[in-house]
Amino acid sequence: MEPEFTIDVHGMTKIFDGKTVVNGMDLRMRRGEICGFLGPNGSGKTTFIRMLCGLLHPDGGSGSCLGYNVIRESEKIRLESGYMTQRFSFYEDLTIAENLDFVARMFSLPGRRASVEAALEWLGLANRRNQLAGELSGGWKQRLALAACMIHKPRLLLLDEPTAGVDPKARRQFWDTIRTLADGGLTVLVSTHYMDEAIRCDSLAYIAYGNLLVHGTPAEVAGDSTLEEVFVRLMDGVEDSYH
Amino acid sequence: MNHSHTFSLPRLWAIVVKEFIQMRRDRLTFGMMIGIPLIQLILFGFAINSDPKHLATAVHVADHGPQARSVLGSMKASGYFDFIREVANEAEGERLLATGEVQFLVTIPAGFSRELLRGEKPTLLLEADATDPAATGNAIAALKIIARSALDNDLKGGLAFLQSGADPLELRVHPKYNPEGVTQYNIVPGLMGVVLTMTMAMITALAITRERERGTMENLLSMPTKPLEVLLGKIIPYILVGYAQVGLILLAARVIFNVPMVGSLTLLLAVAMLFIIANLAVGITFSTLARNQLQAVQMTFFFFLPSMLLSGFMFPFRGMPGWAQMIGELLPLTHFLRIVRGVLLKGNGFAEISGQIWPIALFALLAVVVGVKRYRRTLD
Repeated sequence: MEPEFTIDVHGMTKIFDGKTVVNGMDLRMRRGEICGFLGPNGSGKTTFIRMLCGLLHPDGGSGSCLGYNVIRESEKIRLESGYMTQRFSFYEDLTIAENLDFVARMFSLPGRRASVEAALEWLGLANRRNQLAGELSGGWKQRLALAACMIHKPRLLLLDEPTAGVDPKARRQFWDTIRTLADGGLTVLVSTHYMDEAIRCDSLAYIAYGNLLVHGTPAEVAGDSTLEEVFVRLMDGVEDSYH
Repeated sequence: MNHSHTFSLPRLWAIVVKEFIQMRRDRLTFGMMIGIPLIQLILFGFAINSDPKHLATAVHVADHGPQARSVLGSMKASGYFDFIREVANEAEGERLLATGEVQFLVTIPAGFSRELLRGEKPTLLLEADATDPAATGNAIAALKIIARSALDNDLKGGLAFLQSGADPLELRVHPKYNPEGVTQYNIVPGLMGVVLTMTMAMITALAITRERERGTMENLLSMPTKPLEVLLGKIIPYILVGYAQVGLILLAARVIFNVPMVGSLTLLLAVAMLFIIANLAVGITFSTLARNQLQAVQMTFFFFLPSMLLSGFMFPFRGMPGWAQMIGELLPLTHFLRIVRGVLLKGNGFAEISGQIWPIALFALLAVVVGVKRYRRTLD
């Protein structure tokens, strides 16, 4: 049975060398929701995402992700979620097809070849399949990474600043793709610094210094002013209270 | 005047200071700069001895006369021979030579004293394990002098006539396994172990640190992979590379250096597998400890240097002091060298080398366990 919330976690905490990087964060996301994860650099966005997919062990917190216990069942969460890292983390010295095939094997996909073909087709790179991934431009690398993260048809997609360093046109295309996927039931948590991307999200979570400051729809968060103004105000407020 | 076009001392100084700060923060490099000279000083200064003494010797004594005792006493006094075993028969002595437990076997034949007193020049037989000519050369040279002078005290007064002119006894030396004392016969098989130690450990040490440095590790970890899958997956391809190296060296040994190959190549290749795995596992362990590729290379170097110097590859193992031999016994290369030389030059079979196999196996097992334990499934 599909749980009501794809992500439902409470008090997620991570401490590195005595420094609290994520401080008791709660987050709930419904199926098919796109949640924009906002906040300054070093605010704990990446750490939070890594805790969700089991790459980091939380120092505190509980809850579920895809219906699995977020602390104890990270293996199962890994199998059904796709995580796209901030930095391109596929093999630059493998070709596009080889990278996709590797990921497909890692997930032991039945009908592996067909999945790889479908991914190549979806990417529109079927005719460049034998090109090294390292030779691709930023926008194409990011599309390849997305295709690789999606090859096992995950129910949850975690995207860590997927559009950093990508040109505006490619960014728009990327978001069109994300929206299509979400309409099909995929839940997406995506961190970003771009306000034009934030507006396209179903909900926004703004974090700073490891604390969740605001959570709501873009309209709720913005109120009478623009999102940008709200965030600058939030930043100023937080900095005042921390310094 | 525009200062940016001239050589600027403050700028130079800024770079010097920056280098020192970085040097201080990079502990491993700093350790290497201090550690390598220290290790070399200790190894070359104390451990390495090109005139090995106290070599393990077995005696087969079939004559217990006073003259026989005198000869053995003089050999012992020379410092080159340590009599560690007395064997009952020739076969037992041969076995000790084959396994490498002793370097020499001295045989005093029956009737030695009687024949000596009759002036019949009895034979003193010395069989030497000459696989490493450097280890035996000086001792044999010393024995030739001993044979002449050992009986000076016994052959006095009425027996002085036996002393006149020629030697009172005949010394027969059998340098076994490498009778011509060809250095290459010792070095070339040894190279197999040295090359494998260096390349295998280095390759895998880089394998995981490279993934971490390029950021691909994060992706690998986010997929459903088990540590053993990753570690074995990284070891297996290099086993084949290792075998390619072994094949190359064996071919060169045969064709270029004419190294004799007395024993079973199949046995050698089987043991090589274990040795290759041991070194690959060390590399994997290093790569889980090192933060970047440079550190991985430095760690490999710290492993390679003692292996090279303390294994008996460059210098006779028995020439080293006890503590250095103890370190040497821990290293897989030491045992593999004995196996390679034993199989190729002595024709050792499984029975003779089994004593050298388990230390390598134990080392490999330990390295794999540490590697798997240290391998992290998370980025913590």
